[in-house]
Amino acid sequence: MGPGGIAAGGKAVLDSFQASLSQHKVSAVLKEKCSAHKVGCLGLCARDVLVEIQNNGSKTVYQYVKPDMVERIVTEHLLGGVAIQEWLVDDAYKNFYGKQIKVVLEDCGRFDPEDIEAYKANGGYTAAKKVLSSQTPEAVIEEIKASGLRGRGGAGFPTGLKWEFGRKSPGTEKYIICNADEGDPGAFMDRAVIEGNPHAVIEGMIIGAYAIGASKGYVYIRAEYPLAVERLKLAIKQAREAGYLGKKIFGTEFNFDIIIKLGAGAFVCGEETALIASIEGLRGMPRAKPPFPAQKGLWNKPTIINNVETFANIAPIIKKGAQWFASYGTEKSKGTKVFALTGKVKNTGLIEVPMGITLREIIYEIGGGIVDNKELKAVQTGGPSGGCIPVDQLDIKVDYESLAKVGSIVGSGGMIVLDSDNCMVNMAQYFLNFTKSESCGKCVPCRIGTKRLLEILTRITEGKGRQGDIELLESLSNDIRSSSLCGLGQTAPNPVLSTIRYYRDEYEAHIRDKRCPAGVCKALISFEILEKACTGCTACARVCPTNAILGEKKKPHKIIQEKCIQCGTCFDTCKFKAIKKGSRQEAVKA
Amino acid sequence: MEEKLEVILDNFIKNEGNLISILQDVESAFGYIPEDAVTWFSDKLDIPASRFYGVATFYSQFHLKPRGKNIVTVCCGTACHVNGSDKIIDGLKRELKLAHGEDTTEDGEITLEEVACLGTCSFAPIALVNGAVHGKAKADKMVKEIKLLRKPK
Repeated sequence: MGPGGIAAGGKAVLDSFQASLSQHKVSAVLKEKCSAHKVGCLGLCARDVLVEIQNNGSKTVYQYVKPDMVERIVTEHLLGGVAIQEWLVDDAYKNFYGKQIKVVLEDCGRFDPEDIEAYKANGGYTAAKKVLSSQTPEAVIEEIKASGLRGRGGAGFPTGLKWEFGRKSPGTEKYIICNADEGDPGAFMDRAVIEGNPHAVIEGMIIGAYAIGASKGYVYIRAEYPLAVERLKLAIKQAREAGYLGKKIFGTEFNFDIIIKLGAGAFVCGEETALIASIEGLRGMPRAKPPFPAQKGLWNKPTIINNVETFANIAPIIKKGAQWFASYGTEKSKGTKVFALTGKVKNTGLIEVPMGITLREIIYEIGGGIVDNKELKAVQTGGPSGGCIPVDQLDIKVDYESLAKVGSIVGSGGMIVLDSDNCMVNMAQYFLNFTKSESCGKCVPCRIGTKRLLEILTRITEGKGRQGDIELLESLSNDIRSSSLCGLGQTAPNPVLSTIRYYRDEYEAHIRDKRCPAGVCKALISFEILEKACTGCTACARVCPTNAILGEKKKPHKIIQEKCIQCGTCFDTCKFKAIKKGSRQEAVKA
Repeated sequence: MEEKLEVILDNFIKNEGNLISILQDVESAFGYIPEDAVTWFSDKLDIPASRFYGVATFYSQFHLKPRGKNIVTVCCGTACHVNGSDKIIDGLKRELKLAHGEDTTEDGEITLEEVACLGTCSFAPIALVNGAVHGKAKADKMVKEIKLLRKPK
C-alpha cells in the first residue's frame, strides 16, 4: 500500500476486504502489501489496485480491483474456490516479469515490512551476524570489491573501493550515511525499497559500518516520503530491541546505531558534501573536493555515503557470494538495477533488470510498448543530470559506460519514455527550469549559466529564437560543464546537449520556421475546428476557459483566434477529433 | 506563541537538534515560519537571525508567509510533465486568479503549490487536494475540485 495504490483506491479495497472477511469469518491473513507503490512489490503500478490471493499454495493476482469487486472475490474465490477469470491479470503481466531479475526488490511485497520477524524468517540479519561474528572488516571489503557493486545513486563509483578509503582513513570516530534524498523528478526506487523492505537497508548499513569502523550512522531521507520515514523509524526501533543496533550488537564488541535526519527539500543535497552540510543544520551547499568525505566528512570526520539501493544489495552479496552477484550484468557494470519506468509506456512501474539489458527489451517487452501504440521518440534517463536517448539507439545496453557514450547516464534510475507528442526543446527547458531553481547559488557557472541556458531555451519555445542560438547553447553548456563546482552544475547541461545532438532539426524548426513539430510550445501552435468533423455537441465551448469558442448546437463551431490562449482543453475534450492542432505561423498567414 | 516555542527549544536541546530541525518544528507548529519565532530563537540561542533566514529560504519545505486553508499540490515531476501537468497548473491558476508570483488566493483560502516529484509516476499527472491523491488528473476535473472547496459548507 503506497501512493500508487492509495491513488488508485488501495485503502478502500483493503477496507472492503477486511469488512467482507470478518463478515464471512474467513481466516486469511490480510497482508497489506507494502512498498512505495502498493505494488512496488509486484511492480506493475499501471494496473493498480493489484490484489494477490494465496490459498492452498497457489497464487492468483487480480488487477484493477475496486472495492465493489471485493465481495465477489471473497465469496467465489476464497469461499467457493473458483477464481474469477475475467478479472485476473493477463499475459502482459507475465511479460512484465519475464525479463526481470529481483535482488533488491526480491523481498519487497513478500512479507510485511513492519514486521522484523518476517524479515528474519526470510534469512534477514543472517548476513550481518555472519560478518560481525566471523569476518574481518578487510574480508568484507574484499567481498564487496569482488562483487563489482557500484554506487546506485548515479555516479557508479565502486562501493568496495569507497569502503576501503573509509577503512584506511585515520581516526577512531567515523560515520556512515545512507542517502535517501531521492530528489530526481520521475524516480521512486529508493522510496520503494525503504517502504517495502526497510530492514534490508539497515542490515546493509550495519555491514558497511563494520567494514569501515563507524559507530554512528545517519539516514538522510526526504520529508516528502512520510510512509518511508515511518517504516524506517519502526524498523530501527525493532532492530534496537532485537539487539541488532546499539551497544554490543549480535553479542559482539561492535557498537552501532542509526539516526534519521529529515531533508528539507533541496535537490542539491543529493551531492555528498551538500548532504553533509544539511545534516549539520546548514544550507546544503557543496564544497570543493578533495578532501573527500572519506577523509573529511561529517563534523570533519571520515564519512562514507552510499545510496539506499546500494545498501540493499549488500546483504544479498554477503549471503550468496560475490561470484553470484557478478554473474549478472556486463564486464564493468555488475548486478541488477532498479528503474522507475514511467511516461508514455503501457506498463509503468518499478522494474529490476540485470545490467546490460537493452532499452528495447525494457520498453517493448517489460513495458509492453507505447501507450495508444504511438511512435516512440526518446527515452530520458538520469533525470535532470541525464539525457534523451533517441530511437535509433534503442539497442544499446543499459550500463554505466554505454549510457555515458550516448550522452546520458544511468543516474538513480528514472526512465521516462517520450512519444511523438513530446517536444524536445520543451523537455530541455523543463529540466533547465528545474536545475536553475535547484542550483544552490554558490558557484557562478551553475548559478548564472543555468539561468542563461533557460532564458535562451525559453525564447526558442516562444518563437523568438535567433540564428546562432543553438551554437550559443552548446558553447555555454560546455563552459558550465567544465567549470561548475559540483555534479549538479557539471551535469545540468546534459539535457540540452543530448537533445541538440539528436534532435537538432527540432531546434531549427522552432528557430527558423517558428514551428513546434510536436505541437507543444504554445506560442507556436494554434487550434482550429474542422467543420466537417464537428457535430456541434458544444463540449468544447463549455470547457473553454476564455469563451473563445462560438457556435450553435448541432452546428459546426468556430474558435476566435484572438481570444484563444492555446490551453488545449478543447483538443483534449473533443471526442470526434474535430479539433486540429496546427502551426501558428500558418494560421496567421491564412 | 511563546509556549510552543519553549517546547521546540526543549526538543532542540534534548535531541541535539540544529537550525534545520528548529525550523522544521516551527513550520509544523505554525504552518509557516513567523518572523517573531525567528527573532525569539535568535535571542535565546545567540545565533544571528540572518542565519535562520538563509536556511529557511534555501530549502523548499519552509514558507515565510502563512499558507492558505486548503493546499492544492500539483506534481511537476518528469512523468507528470510529459503527461501534461502544466495544463493542470495553468487551468488552476486561471481559476484561482492568483496575482503574479503569488501562490495563495487573496482571501487566504487556497494555496496552489508545485512540487518536484511525489514518486507516484505511474499515475501521472498527480495532484493533491489537502493531501488526498488524485491520479491521472485532468485540468477540468481539478478545477471542479477547487470549486467544491470554495462552496460554503
